[in-house]
Amino acid sequence: MIVERKPLTLWERLYLPAIIGGFKVTVRHFFKRKVTMQYPEEKWVVPEGYRGAPYLVKDQAGRTKCVSCQLCEFVCPPKAIQITPPGPQPNPETGNVEKAPKEFEINMLRCIYCGYCQEVCPEEAIFLMRDYALIGSHRDELIFNQEKLLALGGTHQDTIQKWQHK
Amino acid sequence: MSVVTNHSTTAVPVVKTLSVSVNGRWLAVPQTTAHPLTGQPVATTMIQACEIAGVTVPHYCYHAKLAVAGNCRMCLVEFGTPALGPDRKPILNPDGTPQIRKSPRPAIACATPVSPGMEIYTNTPAVEAMRRGVLEFLLLNHPLDCPICDQAGECKLQEYSVEYGQAASRSVDEKVHKPKQVDLGPRIVLDDERCILCSRCIRFTRDLAGDDALGIVQRGSHSTLTHYPGRPFDHNYTLNTVDICPVGALTSKDFRFQMRVWFLQETKSVCTSCATGCNLLIGSRENKIYRYVPRQNDRVNSCWMCDSGRLNYKWIGRSDRLTQCQVRDAQGQMQLRTWPEAIQEAAGRLKQAAPGSIAFIASARQTNEELFLIRHLARKLGAMADSAPRTGEGDAWLVNADKNPNRLGAAIMFGLDRSALPVTSDTAPAAVGSADMLVGPGVQLARSGQECPRSIMGAAAERIGAKLPKIAEGIGRGEIRTLVVLGEDATKHLGAALLGRLENLIISDILPNATTPRAHVLLPGCAHAEKRGSFTNAQGRVQKFLKAVEPPGQARPESEFLVELVRAVTGEQFPQTVEGLFNRMAKETVAFQGITWAGLGDLGQGIAVEVLKT
Ligand code: SF4
Ligand code: SF4
Ligand code: SF4
Ligand code: SF4
Ligand code: FES
Repeated sequence: MIVERKPLTLWERLYLPAIIGGFKVTVRHFFKRKVTMQYPEEKWVVPEGYRGAPYLVKDQAGRTKCVSCQLCEFVCPPKAIQITPPGPQPNPETGNVEKAPKEFEINMLRCIYCGYCQEVCPEEAIFLMRDYALIGSHRDELIFNQEKLLALGGTHQDTIQKWQHK
Repeated sequence: MSVVTNHSTTAVPVVKTLSVSVNGRWLAVPQTTAHPLTGQPVATTMIQACEIAGVTVPHYCYHAKLAVAGNCRMCLVEFGTPALGPDRKPILNPDGTPQIRKSPRPAIACATPVSPGMEIYTNTPAVEAMRRGVLEFLLLNHPLDCPICDQAGECKLQEYSVEYGQAASRSVDEKVHKPKQVDLGPRIVLDDERCILCSRCIRFTRDLAGDDALGIVQRGSHSTLTHYPGRPFDHNYTLNTVDICPVGALTSKDFRFQMRVWFLQETKSVCTSCATGCNLLIGSRENKIYRYVPRQNDRVNSCWMCDSGRLNYKWIGRSDRLTQCQVRDAQGQMQLRTWPEAIQEAAGRLKQAAPGSIAFIASARQTNEELFLIRHLARKLGAMADSAPRTGEGDAWLVNADKNPNRLGAAIMFGLDRSALPVTSDTAPAAVGSADMLVGPGVQLARSGQECPRSIMGAAAERIGAKLPKIAEGIGRGEIRTLVVLGEDATKHLGAALLGRLENLIISDILPNATTPRAHVLLPGCAHAEKRGSFTNAQGRVQKFLKAVEPPGQARPESEFLVELVRAVTGEQFPQTVEGLFNRMAKETVAFQGITWAGLGDLGQGIAVEVLKT
């Protein structure tokens, strides 16, 4: 295909009109509300439902909600989650829930904040929270263990509390 | 001398068939099938006809290897039979086909015999409505513990709930609560709330294991499975109930909360704990073995295996495994070596040894192919070679008193010289004439297509190991100065003092034992789960097993490094793959002739055993 190149008109070749057009946009924005944020001094407050880093939660009674069903480990696309199941020894702390993870690790360098773990969890034990910028000076620092995940996740106000009625 | 064979003298009865239709497709099914327990012919049932037609009827209590109980009602189907006129003749449609009278009520497919001309419908709206109804009842008091239930992922209740279950319960009453975490015995935990009362476990332990240990007490919604009071459920086959329990009521203590089943990679293998060679699946994840479960092979173990064999896998992951090639230097210190160096060292020592001064002891836990290479090497070097017997307790069902998984393979490879045997009977097959064929006095292998019955399997158990005293004597007299040991603790068979007199002790093993610290050359070997190979079980069935996990450290399959050793010693090149090696072995060993690796399939192939009792 041959594209025909139209020669520029005199007005177009004049250069100045285009410059003035550009300045008009700049001057207009000069008087508008400022949207740029001075990150990192200034931090963005994320809206409700934002999918940040996934953390584990406890219920009102202080029990780790996760029962180590390992569905999130299975569903996680980048395989960021690694769970160590508790094994056969009965755990007096878990009571009728019978099961809690021995160790629960999320590699935050791998997590893609997809939210599948939260969606698949049958226990409402893992939630994507508001943290979007995780910083560490070493790769190992960004593999969060169970203790850290629970501390960051806090308490979930569980309305069903299904194990209470089992 | 009497001849004991299992050649059946009665002719195989001609199987009479009848014609039935499953969902509109006509097919011929046998009129009778063998009863799972007695073997007597009993009328073929609708569920069996559907199975032949390739149509799965959802079921819980029915199990092909157990007596029919017919209590779960999940297998309800609709059916019709040809209508009969007053003259007992079928009424015909105008087009000449028999008129089908549809039964007004459904029937359970697992217990209703088929009749000629029967039409079975498994996918009508009525059948599906019945399944939904049955499931609603089963789930009425079910705890739906799936997140903490070990059965999740292989649970029939879960699977059918997806197809026929409802999202919400219509019941307004609280669910009935029953005991949870009940300690049934040393290996089993019971969760009564999850039990759907199918009675499979009860029938298994009563009819097959011969221990009427389980039963259901109370009535209605409160029916509870329990064991006989004061007596733990602890025979050697209890874990089979965990396999057949369609839900997560019976769970294995050993596997409990160890790993979710959907992560497990399943590898076809065989059990190495005794000479029966039960077929099994190894469940592993990320190089760790989590469980063994039996794999159906009706010629060997049906659907079952013993608990002791099933739990005998933990040694594979032990931390004290031999993982390094080591060679003793001039100062008597063990030095780490690479494989080529270690093989060179071993080959050099074997080549320098005077003819007749070498002996081989290769465990009957090594594979057919490995023993074949050892036999080849021993013959080339003019050395004696034998295995060591390993006996323990057997029982009347699966457990064999012979604890060597490949005792028959070893017997075939290192069998006594033919001259040492009494000339046996008229039934001697044409192929007799090679030492390979003769397992020991009075025991003979033939390619007659028969396998020997279990009762006489043990007959040849003590035949291997006959040369061990001679080897000990040879070492004692200073005639044997080089010993190659594969997978055995030679101190047990020869005595520690004798080993000290050897010039060369070449050892391959998996775990350290009393012999390994005395080695001059130490080669780390593999557990069966870490390699491929084949065993010949006590019945004379050659069964292959596949690799489930990677061996630790430098450890390598014995067949691999034995091929290298044979090449380094004799210059001969044997096939480097297990397939090639097996086929070469089959070609060069009369007992295995005609068998190929590919021909073994998943279930193995019999090498015809005839036992002549002396
Ligand atoms: S948010 Fe997605 S990527 Fe991150 S841990 Fe959950 S499932 Fe994995
Ligand atoms: S899905 Fe939920 S309950 Fe299951 S392991 Fe993950 S966080 Fe725990
Ligand atoms: S038995 Fe099946 S349905 Fe019931 S809790 Fe266990 S996995 Fe879920
Ligand atoms: S424990 Fe399992 S096998 Fe036994 S009756 Fe209950 S559901 Fe059936
Ligand atoms: S399978 Fe037929 S009634 Fe249970």
